[in-house]
Amino acid sequence: MSVLQNIGNWLDDRLGWSENIMPLIKHPVPPGAKWAYVFGSATLFCFILQVVTGIGLSLLYQPSSADAFESLKFITNQATFGRVLRGIHFFGASGMVIMVGIHMIRVYIMAAYKYPREMSWISGVFLFFLTIIMGFTGQLLRWDSNGVWSSVVAAQNLGRVPLIGTGLARLLLGGDTIGAQTLSRFFAYHVFLFPALIFLFVGVHLYLVFYHGISEPPKAGQLVDPKTYRAWYNDMLKRVGVPFWPDAAWRDALFGALVILAIVGLAVFVGPPELTQPPDPSIINTSPAPDWYMLPVFALFALVPPATESYLIFLGPVLMVVALLALPFVSNKGERSPIRRPWAVFGVACVIVFMGALLYVGEREPWSPHFDTKPLAQVINYANPKLKQGAILFHDKGCQYCHEVGGQGGITGPSLTHIGRTWTTDQIKVQIVNGATGMPAYGGMLSNKELTDLVNFLHAQQ
Amino acid sequence: MSQEENKTKEESRRDFMMKVSLGLGGVAALAVSVPVVGALVAPLLENKPEVWRTVGKPDDFPVGETQLVRFENADPKAWAGMTARTAAWLRHDTEGHFIAFSVNCTHLGCPVRWEADAELFMCPCHGGVYYRDGSVASGPPPKELQRYAVRVEQGQVQIGTGPIPITNFGDEQAS
Repeated sequence: MSVLQNIGNWLDDRLGWSENIMPLIKHPVPPGAKWAYVFGSATLFCFILQVVTGIGLSLLYQPSSADAFESLKFITNQATFGRVLRGIHFFGASGMVIMVGIHMIRVYIMAAYKYPREMSWISGVFLFFLTIIMGFTGQLLRWDSNGVWSSVVAAQNLGRVPLIGTGLARLLLGGDTIGAQTLSRFFAYHVFLFPALIFLFVGVHLYLVFYHGISEPPKAGQLVDPKTYRAWYNDMLKRVGVPFWPDAAWRDALFGALVILAIVGLAVFVGPPELTQPPDPSIINTSPAPDWYMLPVFALFALVPPATESYLIFLGPVLMVVALLALPFVSNKGERSPIRRPWAVFGVACVIVFMGALLYVGEREPWSPHFDTKPLAQVINYANPKLKQGAILFHDKGCQYCHEVGGQGGITGPSLTHIGRTWTTDQIKVQIVNGATGMPAYGGMLSNKELTDLVNFLHAQQ
Repeated sequence: MSQEENKTKEESRRDFMMKVSLGLGGVAALAVSVPVVGALVAPLLENKPEVWRTVGKPDDFPVGETQLVRFENADPKAWAGMTARTAAWLRHDTEGHFIAFSVNCTHLGCPVRWEADAELFMCPCHGGVYYRDGSVASGPPPKELQRYAVRVEQGQVQIGTGPIPITNFGDEQAS
């Protein structure tokens, strides 16, 4: 026996590797669990990537509100590989959100949450929300003006919780205002509290995977019956089960490696998001917008009727949590195949279309004034001085932030490029003076001459 | 003593020791959690006083104009850096009479901008718009812009510091 083998045997004897760990690695799994099953492990790989790069970043980051922004500039511009490190952590978060989403959809469509795996689903639901929370708290640690104002937005959202809202908002910000204590809180949440919870729930989630075994790929007509399922599953494993390693696990390893390489590639070639302005709460010329995975929610808040909003902000998440937690109890037996569960597939399709549409409008932000629109009078040469005066007013009075004329301007309100064709001067005047839903009444803010110039200018838009 | 009696005695002793260890464990956990939970909920227990901050002389603010003023919040920590700063929109409404608006949109707290020519406050996030008196002109804000206390004392304009205004569940639309 060689020396190496001796050392190996000694270690194995003292560590109990082959007795306790090998059976886990080689535990039998149902055959046919192919590429659909790689997303859970890919989520785990992304999480490990986040832990590793998070440790790397914490070696360089200054979690104090006075210095965090400077240290981020240092990480991005000077630190050795700092830019790539930030990039990996940023795209790793996106990767984790995407993977957890696909994994969840896969489990739902294949009904893998049914008996006896209810607790696997529930621990997974917690992991899903923890992932979102991590994404959000991480964005704030960037502690540029976007991060500062995002924390205010988060506090405002909590403020809509009945009775205890203001208290929750204070807890989140660490006080009455943004300040030194705010970043300390978010740092503690993002680096200690929520990661610890994720480790805990990942532990439970994985333990349950071993305890119940992974769900077999569903077959149409093969119903789950809690009375007979376990015996049937164990029997099936004995007959046709294959060892997890290497028969099933190589796909996880391959896909996980590809995901990580893609994230590193994006980090190298695209890089982390640009830092905006310093975190000075008195710098107000900023347009806070969340990272992409929160944009659908951001868009939703712009689009729902304002009167319903407090209910949506509070009840929406509550209902979502309740529905997700209730799912495995509402339907824990019966058909698993997506072919026999068309409504489940349809529901998932609806959610994807809904979120995708919100993400799309969230990118376009059609509800926001375009502060940077170029004054029309600078773009178009008006020979008539009255028209020119109207064009200048159209920009200066803020009309152009929301309405476009000739391709210049915002998209909040309707285009006014051809308004003169269908509206009379009187109609235009009434609208400007009285405003409308979604438009301020300008009556008190315009002199008669200004109003006439504006009306004439708009009526000339044929 | 019979064997039977011995066994019962041992069992009751074990039972007692188990209860002691559980009880002591509970006391230890409680002792540790007091300072930890204390650190967590401290912001709810601290009561920050309103502090008056001087932002300039009345003459610095022409009558009828609205300007951004920057000042320090009530009780900044030593390591707050620039995050100790906060801002308000100060309007010299009529001679000697000032109004100070919070910069936070009542919708979700984003900073509103004063568009001087249009005489409107506009929010970049979800398109909330307010008139010059802070009332809602359009968009999703559920109530008018919050105001800070403001006074003229010893020839200086002073603003009373305040918390970030949090819009609560059920706050009615101002109209």
